[in-house]
Amino acid sequence: MGTRVYRAVGGVSLSVRPGECLGVIGESGSGKSVTALSVMGLVASPPGVITGGAVRFEGEDLIGAPYETLRRRRGDRVAYIFQDPLATLHPLYRIGDQLAEAIRAHHSISAGEARERAIRLLNDVRIPNAGARIDDYPHKLSGGMRQRVSIAMALANEPDVIIADEPTTALDVTVQAQILALLDDLRRDRGLAIIFITHDFGVVAQLCDRIAVMYAGRIVEEGPTAAVLEAPAHPYTRRLIDCVPELGQGKRRLEAIPGLPPMVDALPEGCAFAPRCTKAVPDCARGDIALERTGTRAVRCLMPEESA
Amino acid sequence: MPALNVDHLSKTVAQKKPLLRSAPPGVRAVQLMSFAVEKGETLGIVGESGCGKSTLARMLVGLLEPSAGHIEIAGRALNTADPAAFGRLIQYVFQDPISSLNPRKTIRQIMGAPLRHLYRMPAAERQTRIAEIFASVNLRDDFLDRYPHEFSGGQAHRIGIARALAASPEIIVLDEPVSALDVSVQAQVLNQLADLKRQFGLTYLFITHDLAVVEAVSDRIMVLYFGSVVEMGRAEQIFARPRHPYTRLLAESAPVVGRALKAPEQKGSELPDPLNPPPGCAFAGRCPLATDLCRREIPELRSMGDDQLAACHHLIPG
Repeated sequence: MGTRVYRAVGGVSLSVRPGECLGVIGESGSGKSVTALSVMGLVASPPGVITGGAVRFEGEDLIGAPYETLRRRRGDRVAYIFQDPLATLHPLYRIGDQLAEAIRAHHSISAGEARERAIRLLNDVRIPNAGARIDDYPHKLSGGMRQRVSIAMALANEPDVIIADEPTTALDVTVQAQILALLDDLRRDRGLAIIFITHDFGVVAQLCDRIAVMYAGRIVEEGPTAAVLEAPAHPYTRRLIDCVPELGQGKRRLEAIPGLPPMVDALPEGCAFAPRCTKAVPDCARGDIALERTGTRAVRCLMPEESA
Repeated sequence: MPALNVDHLSKTVAQKKPLLRSAPPGVRAVQLMSFAVEKGETLGIVGESGCGKSTLARMLVGLLEPSAGHIEIAGRALNTADPAAFGRLIQYVFQDPISSLNPRKTIRQIMGAPLRHLYRMPAAERQTRIAEIFASVNLRDDFLDRYPHEFSGGQAHRIGIARALAASPEIIVLDEPVSALDVSVQAQVLNQLADLKRQFGLTYLFITHDLAVVEAVSDRIMVLYFGSVVEMGRAEQIFARPRHPYTRLLAESAPVVGRALKAPEQKGSELPDPLNPPPGCAFAGRCPLATDLCRREIPELRSMGDDQLAACHHLIPG
């Protein structure tokens, strides 16, 4: 077995303020999940190693923080919602017990109080008949309900930051709409900061204030959602928006980006999108391209799209 | 003559009989579905999880036996006695491309199976045919001697499509063909499907839960709810001018750039319980227009003119 080192994420900088929702958009393998997991040191190590950088939560650096500190922060101040609720919930424990455990891990309250709090949480995420549902096992709930339970669990300790990794991808549209509305209410009511990872522009446009677009482990564009969607500056962002069919346009041929995203072990020199880009010039494949910031927007491209 | 004709198709799944009591009534996964698909048409089938879309698809390709009703393909009744005869007419592309390919066989063996079993084609002929099919889906020949795990989702998907094409069917059932793919790859696969359809004169049944995708690829769309057809109509009309409140709910729930976020539905309303189905319209419990009539009587699918059909007592004016 040889030792190979893959750079999954390279030099990503993100920030989110209380009450703000930041959308992270990218295709599979673009490093968006690894970025999210790195925040609380959840990347399995070995093999994953954070080779540089800092994560500051209220000014305190979490990378390299002692395990106990991270453990106290995780789930209490910074909580995660994952894509697959079946994998997050333990199949052999009742959902109420799992919720109570999440609360009691961080707060010393009695089992009875924890149970009451769990019922309130299930009500908050609009699970009908929460008092009876609390004693169900995860397999008895539908996908939408299970995802609501994992959101309830993320909210259990009233965190300041929620990192949601494709929380609605596996759900039906009507359930997705309910969950998005719920997250939106929470950030407005409680000043919750949300980092929302997705590949769906529709979802981002409805929920997020700012977005960051990732490609091959780096941020290629960043800015306020409306501005980026209206006039994308990076060719990748523009092409990606064109790929996504939008409801209400009838039968048509879709725009596609030829080629495949690069493999992390074979990143090209320079801009990783250059081999698939129609505007690529020889300079694109030479050296590092910086993330140029102008005002609220930033783009990593030598030939940015003209603003219309 | 339609390519596919489905008449009063139903599937009831029996429940386990308790020791001392009689067996409870079965779960009705698909209820009295009737529709026809013309040759060369793409029929989109949408609905949320549990609405019976996969059960319907499995019955169409003969993987499940219907409890009642008839399926006719190209004028002939679906006859499970000779699977090979129907394998040549209708093929299925599975949702998960990797797990639908046998991990212990090379792509060449996988591709050869339909030719060998359905057409009894000799080995030399099989190789030329496989090469032809691979060329038409833009896959390289050197993939043929590899194993399924060596491919990305998009490539495995194309192999699944190639395998379905190998049988030279008239109809291909595509079950969530792009939901596992990235958006940039999704567009490639969808465009390729459109090209293949034109090239081979295929008829598609396109099952998905993504409304924008189904609208972009279909001629007509059928909306399912709780095992029944609630609305059917032309792709460009059905979400723009829905007549059934459920179709409207779906259209309003789809995230669209530039539309403000609001919960289109109040309170956590869930699908009706299949073990204890409501007596009237299955959607009544979630419907803002529901009246007593809806809770009592199941509405029938009626024609609205303009190729649109809907099953509702209180249609939204078109």
